[in-house]
Amino acid sequence: MYRHMFKTSGVLVCGEVRAQSIHSVTMELVGKARELADKKGFDVSCLLFCSELKDRPESLFGYGADRVLLVKHDKLRYFNQDIAAKLLSHIIGQYLPEIVIAPATTSGRTYLPAAAAMVHTGLTADCTGLDIDPASGLLLQTRPAIGGNVMATIKTPDYVPQMATVRPKTFRIPQISHRNGYVEVPDIPEEIFNSRVEVLEMEYSYGEDANIQDKEVVISGGKGLKKPENFAMIKELADLLGGGVGASRPTVEAKWISYPHQVGLSGKVVSPKLYLAAGISGAVQHLAGMQTAHKIVAVNKDPDAPIFKVADVALCGDLTDILPRLISRIRKEVN
Amino acid sequence: MKIAVLVKQVPDSDEVKMDPEKGTMIREGTGSIVNPLDLNALEAALALRKEHGGTVSVFSMGPPQTEIALRETLALGADDAYLISDKYFAGADSWATSLVLSRTLEKLGGFDIIFAGEKATDGETGQVGPEVAAMLKIPFATYVSVARVDIAGGYADVKRTVEDGYEIQRLALPCLLTVLNDMNEPGMPTLSGKKAARRAEIKKINASDLELSPEDVGLAGSPTRVVKIDRPKVSRQTEFYKGRDLDRGIERVVEILRELAVL
Repeated sequence: MYRHMFKTSGVLVCGEVRAQSIHSVTMELVGKARELADKKGFDVSCLLFCSELKDRPESLFGYGADRVLLVKHDKLRYFNQDIAAKLLSHIIGQYLPEIVIAPATTSGRTYLPAAAAMVHTGLTADCTGLDIDPASGLLLQTRPAIGGNVMATIKTPDYVPQMATVRPKTFRIPQISHRNGYVEVPDIPEEIFNSRVEVLEMEYSYGEDANIQDKEVVISGGKGLKKPENFAMIKELADLLGGGVGASRPTVEAKWISYPHQVGLSGKVVSPKLYLAAGISGAVQHLAGMQTAHKIVAVNKDPDAPIFKVADVALCGDLTDILPRLISRIRKEVN
Repeated sequence: MKIAVLVKQVPDSDEVKMDPEKGTMIREGTGSIVNPLDLNALEAALALRKEHGGTVSVFSMGPPQTEIALRETLALGADDAYLISDKYFAGADSWATSLVLSRTLEKLGGFDIIFAGEKATDGETGQVGPEVAAMLKIPFATYVSVARVDIAGGYADVKRTVEDGYEIQRLALPCLLTVLNDMNEPGMPTLSGKKAARRAEIKKINASDLELSPEDVGLAGSPTRVVKIDRPKVSRQTEFYKGRDLDRGIERVVEILRELAVL
């Protein structure tokens, strides 16, 4: 949509409902949307689409939403990218938001690009920062740049809406404030729910791959471990501290460990109390996934490893020496 | 069946070096490879051809040297390869890239299924697959690790890896699937495959073949603009321990764990 042909206003947050509950990333994004909207004198709307909702949509007002657009339909019991993309492009056409932000989850990263293509506008994936440019009033979308140790700031100058996805845990959930709002049920043509994609089944897995995003401690290993067996040390340390096991992308690509453990731009963003990176050099893609941790400890044999620049404590040396020493020292403390 | 595979040539990530002064990537002397997940996409296409018969066509938009990546896919068993290249395509974002790829697929027409990697290792947006599907107005699925095609029934059943587990979906054909690396184990090129690939014709497509004008494509046709490049701010005071100081460093980690109430 060419900017000069439409009068757009407001920030639209694409909320995420999983298993009939409002996922926390929704609150993170509503909080950020409030900040952006206040700089523009805009309203914040939050779109929720689902079959049933256990939570109260009104709960989003306290995080900064002025309006919740609630779409309920039997066909929305499970995520369906075909319906979601058509639905969002319809909502964009109907409400003409100036800015659309959405979670960079497997759902958001799937239907947002399709919706952006349908309405003909830009979309910036996996933003780590969002702000309003005081000069142009445009959305500044920051993300790690291609292949480099640098951040790129991206604008969508001539098309609307300006769209961005953001990884969960990138922004903090704001304090709840007393705000009023209203819930609106948009008019959606029934044909949007006719789909060439049918969800046959959802297999839930809550196994040992428990979400590392919820852990207070994450211990991650990289290629510096030299061999997959050495992940045992990472696991041992993580277990000792009740933490989760993270991994760098190269170790996941080498199939030393499964994808749910991957920390970074293309994996998960984690924000634990303590993040320990062992044998991870610290490519900007990895840093994007962990630099909001409260404290960071890095173990690496290369004194110039970029990971040391974001670490609170740098332990420089052979990890097969340092990790066992650290494990036995902590074990002493635990006992 | 007619199968298409979308591939991207990317820098060999292990070889990427940074210019410490400018903070930019040094491209000279770095190798290029076929984006690893695109090899999983190709392997999925080859497996489908083995099962159902048909042809596998590979498409890549990029500068002329992308031909090297395309020859690699031919060596691995693709039937034909298309280099979509034009000076006007330079600087394309995911929208403008998808426009060119979708126009190409539309022009050649008749594909039953299109595969692509879930994302490329350089840009990591994962947006081109869904955008191409939306422009072609065909159903699509992302994060696919298993796909079974029923030609007679006119559908593909896929397994998507998502946060809470796996979602099993049925998509009407034609459709587009972006795949993960647990989909399969990409094969190795055979000697005869390599030989044949060296001589094979790479078909060329440019902007005018697609009836696209320069303002529709590349940087000019891209809704997004990179306006600033800078280094991430570093705000931590690093305490550095090595050699004989490591014991003190380990004590410091224990102290921090106590402060954080983890211990």
